[in-house]
Amino acid sequence: MWRVGTVVALHDETATARTITLELSDWPGHVAGQHVDVRLTAPDGYSAVRSYSIASAPSSERLVEITVERLANGEVSPYLTQELAVDDRLELRGPIGGWFVWRKEQTEPVQLVAGGSGIVPLMSMIRYRVSAGSTAPFRLLYSVREPGAVYYRDELQAISDQDRSVSLTYAYTRAAPEDWPRPPGRIDAALIANTTWPSKLAPTCYVCGPTPFVEIAAGFLSACGISPDKIKTERFGPTGDRK
Amino acid sequence: MSSHTYDYLDGNAAAGELSKVFALDITVAEGRCAHCGATKCFAEARLYVQCPGIVARCTVCEHVLLRLVSVRQRIFLDMSGMSYVCLDTTGR
Repeated sequence: MWRVGTVVALHDETATARTITLELSDWPGHVAGQHVDVRLTAPDGYSAVRSYSIASAPSSERLVEITVERLANGEVSPYLTQELAVDDRLELRGPIGGWFVWRKEQTEPVQLVAGGSGIVPLMSMIRYRVSAGSTAPFRLLYSVREPGAVYYRDELQAISDQDRSVSLTYAYTRAAPEDWPRPPGRIDAALIANTTWPSKLAPTCYVCGPTPFVEIAAGFLSACGISPDKIKTERFGPTGDRK
Repeated sequence: MSSHTYDYLDGNAAAGELSKVFALDITVAEGRCAHCGATKCFAEARLYVQCPGIVARCTVCEHVLLRLVSVRQRIFLDMSGMSYVCLDTTGR
């Protein structure tokens, strides 16, 4: 079932990523971690559908935020990040997917692992933890190309500063800030072992990012002794515009 | 099939397409692979989307669990790779 949303706000997260806030009069509400499908239709009838994770926390308002990364050769993301304007309308299907979700009833430690724009559904979980008043301990390991590519930096810092039960670890892959303790590089077994919850605490893990990243990160978590059924993954990649 | 090519997503990415057919979210259903017998949540399957339609494969034996192709106003669905699907109807 396709719904029509109206763009009510646009906000640039980085030089290449934009958050789009949509108002939908018939939005039934979502669960943190779910996604929507967005459909664009050209005047000649050609249409393209892409999936985007919801960035906003569940709430009673009829608002949904998605953050879209512009891909150079994308078919949909250049339009969404450069041409779409406030008051424009978008077709959406969703909320979708009941697997990669965090619910406020969950009290166990949560380990979030993001690769690049894989932060988006995890941000929905972090925001919902705050708005729902949850005390579940959260850790986020955020692997990102360089400091300028970090989404939601100030908000993440503010949340972590206010509540020590939410901890952040950034892992830069190409360029790190000066004096950063770890040289730029891909995540490795030592980083996962040192910055994520120990397996004895039985954390639920949510890993989101490009397929190779998720494969590697989930493998390291598993090697640390975390049961595969406690590791939930959401991969994106070959579809072109995912996220 | 090679396990080392990263050209797949997770079964949960099929939720939108499958919502065209099913009233319930089938990605949270438990399904049994008709080939190896592994019983897992459909969301955990490997999903291939770089093809006409979508193909889901078992994470254990890589055999095809489901194929879905939309052609104009028709949807072709093959679920013969699953010997059963169990849906939780709590709250429905």
